[in-house]
Amino acid sequence: MADLLMIEAVNDALHVELERDDTVMVMGEDVGRAGGVFRATAGLRERFGADRCVDTPLAEAGILGTAIGLCMAGFRPVTEMQYDAFSYPCLDQLITHVGRYHWRTGGGMEFPLVVRMPYGGGVRAPEMHDDSPETYYVHTPGVKVAIPSTPADAKGLLAAAIRDPDPVVIFEPKLIYRTERSEVPEGDYIVPLGKARLVRAGDDVTLVAYGAMVPLCERAADALADEASVEVLDLRTLKPLDEDGLLASVAKTGRVVIVQEAPRTAGFGAELAAILAEKAMLDLRGPVLRVTGYDVPYPYWKLEDAYMPSVERIVDAVRKLLAF
Amino acid sequence: MARVAEGGHELRRVLDEDREVDGLGEQELLELYRSMVLLRTYDERSVIYHRQGRIGTYAIFWNHEAMQAGAVHALDDEDWIFPSYRESAIGLLRGMPAATVLHWWRGHPAGWWNPSDYNLASICVPIATQVPHAAGLAWGKKLKGERACALTFFGDGATSEGAFHEGANFAGVMQAPLILFCNNNQWAISTPVSAQTHAEALVDKAVGYGIPGVRVDGGDVLAVYEATREAVERARSGGGPTFIEAVTYRAAPHATADDPRAYIDLERVEQEKQNECLGRYERYLRRLGALGDDLDKTIKDESAELMRAGITAAEAEPDADVGLLFEHAYANPPASFQAELAELRRILGGDVG
Repeated sequence: MADLLMIEAVNDALHVELERDDTVMVMGEDVGRAGGVFRATAGLRERFGADRCVDTPLAEAGILGTAIGLCMAGFRPVTEMQYDAFSYPCLDQLITHVGRYHWRTGGGMEFPLVVRMPYGGGVRAPEMHDDSPETYYVHTPGVKVAIPSTPADAKGLLAAAIRDPDPVVIFEPKLIYRTERSEVPEGDYIVPLGKARLVRAGDDVTLVAYGAMVPLCERAADALADEASVEVLDLRTLKPLDEDGLLASVAKTGRVVIVQEAPRTAGFGAELAAILAEKAMLDLRGPVLRVTGYDVPYPYWKLEDAYMPSVERIVDAVRKLLAF
Repeated sequence: MARVAEGGHELRRVLDEDREVDGLGEQELLELYRSMVLLRTYDERSVIYHRQGRIGTYAIFWNHEAMQAGAVHALDDEDWIFPSYRESAIGLLRGMPAATVLHWWRGHPAGWWNPSDYNLASICVPIATQVPHAAGLAWGKKLKGERACALTFFGDGATSEGAFHEGANFAGVMQAPLILFCNNNQWAISTPVSAQTHAEALVDKAVGYGIPGVRVDGGDVLAVYEATREAVERARSGGGPTFIEAVTYRAAPHATADDPRAYIDLERVEQEKQNECLGRYERYLRRLGALGDDLDKTIKDESAELMRAGITAAEAEPDADVGLLFEHAYANPPASFQAELAELRRILGGDVG
């Protein structure tokens, strides 16, 4: 075990996977010489060479598009989109090709590529450095999506994504890149896609979250300690979703508050609420509530604390639900 | 580093000059002719099949056969092709059954193929998005130290797309062994090339990527072959990508759903039809003495027979099982698919609750 920050765990996973499989390569803007703007890829170019940690032209669609061709040539490219809101040009390739190519070949070819990107707000950054775009990606057939909330999961989910035969998008919550520190297994380490993590057990209400909202939910659970027994469920993978894990928790508590920092309308929380409406109706003891970002552009940072879900907003929702 | 072809915007030609191309003997010349006839037959039959309701909407490539056959003949089998939908039948030149292509246009999943079986990527329907794929494949071959190169086809309209730019730029930066083959038929559905670019010629775009560009007569199969062969040699010898602008004219509708009378110059279309690429090449071969009536008939009969067999096989294909809705969406599918498929089968089976 090593005591690592989340960003160090990402870096560790990349070192292990590039060492383990020489078809794995890292590519993106500033990932080589600079080691990435968050230093996620630091040391890779020196260790594995400029052909396996490639500084690409500044072209997100080109990065993902060439990654498809690299898959066809037998590589497993791990692409980095420098920031959440800079990833939008790559959606062209993601939607038109990444999610369809395996299907289009009748299963003949695999496209084991990874898109990883820092995402989310709360970091006092300029415009377009704060978005939570997971819904666009989750909605795309043929693509899997994972979002870690701990250093160990950041390593294990990324390693699982690199080894997965399907395209996987990993959103790394940049807010907690350097605030979450924990024990991370050394060397080979996998966290399987599609398995939620029970962060803490409780009996009265379940907080469902992913990414940077997970530690926030833990703080909300602490704040509610005298009032309610709060369960916190970290989904870890949005697609494939651990529906059994979700339903088991709700069967126990009967109350659910979903927390996401993305805008509200048609966000992933809406999908979770729909699943609960379809499959957990008789377990529910109150309405499924959502604490989310608002349906507005992500604000300039003097206003971002008001936009982001907070302990107070979560506590408020839980109290409302308990009083239902 | 930028090197636009010598001769600037002049179109390179072979047929009209009655030139011969080094290394092409009579057998090779006739193989090119067979390929063009095969493509022409596929295209003309497809328009008829569409009218008969036997295939769906179809993108016509009549008068594009010289570009397609000329370029592919300059490749080896190990080299990869990344087609647009205008080159939907290019697999025929790599031994793909006609039925497979017909399945694709019939909307049947039997029209899927494994690209590595033919070194031929899937037909790309969105415009220009295959260009970065080709750049990535070519770059990957270079990284692996393999000899193969890649060629991607796209149209004049595609050069306005960001994907073209990003792919071409990547290929230039990585010095990927790639041939960027632009089929400039001067129309993107109803939009003329003059509305796509203010550049004097599309080949000028090569300068911006620091790669060589060459402009050829796209109706001249031997000019296309010669230019592509040079680009392939450059790619194999580490010289990086080449942009080829092949200039022709779309003398047919964009697709079976298009009526170009609303926008096209019909007189010009008639002129182009008189000078269409297959007839030009046939006359050249006859002047050379390489082709006579009997051989011509044999070649055309072979292609017609191949298409008859193709459509027969395509129409004999059983309906696709609904399991194929789900089966290849993921290599490692989510558990939910099983329940969804079971429910769908129940309802399709008439067992509606």
